[in-house]
Amino acid sequence: MRVTVRLFAAYREMVGASRVEVDMPEGAPVGAVLADLVQRYPQLRAPAEATKFAVNQEYVDPSVPLRDGDEVVLLPPVSGGR
Amino acid sequence: MFKIVAEPLRHEPLVEAVSAPGVGGVVTFAGNVRLYSRGKRVSYLDYEAYPEMAEKYLRQIGDEIRKRWDIDRVAIVHRIGHLEIGETSVIIAVGSPHRKEAFEACHYAIDRLKEIVPIWKKEVWEDGEVWIGLEPDSYDRAAPGDSPFSASEAAR
Repeated sequence: MRVTVRLFAAYREMVGASRVEVDMPEGAPVGAVLADLVQRYPQLRAPAEATKFAVNQEYVDPSVPLRDGDEVVLLPPVSGGR
Repeated sequence: MFKIVAEPLRHEPLVEAVSAPGVGGVVTFAGNVRLYSRGKRVSYLDYEAYPEMAEKYLRQIGDEIRKRWDIDRVAIVHRIGHLEIGETSVIIAVGSPHRKEAFEACHYAIDRLKEIVPIWKKEVWEDGEVWIGLEPDSYDRAAPGDSPFSASEAAR
């Protein structure tokens, strides 16, 4: 299953693209997408643990299984201000 | 009114959107770009959003406010792109019959926006830049063993 991942902000800059494709078995957990990209782009390793996941514009747990056609986004941490 | 836009913000459309005969108090919040941040003099900010999801979660904040305060007059507009010092990045307006709830709901809205809305800001100063949330001392670290990425801790 080919998964298209949209990237924003810091992750877009680290990877050098706003979209990247990843090959995943059907039903793989969305967290596996980040693991794959961390291998390909080691700059993602440092903020990886703070990453949140969105599938079809909803926050999901990294264990949620992917389906063909899902829109996946790896969200860098946001931060609050005071 | 829940929007992400790329042009300068104005208060009037939001105030108009939340005003009504039953509204006795309108409270607005404006978030502006500050000159100094974390001891550094800021040149400008760059805001970026996941636009479809950001608007969806702005709308969700409106739903949460409706459930909690029975207020349905909420407007939130966030600007993205290049912002200079002093420019407004977000305006929130809340209208309700009585002012107490309007103040509370407006405060809630900005706190909640910072938690759940996928908008990021890059702070640029004369000799560098950083995406807020990824400052080197600010990562939200899981406990070792909690995540599949804890191997990265051991590797460093």
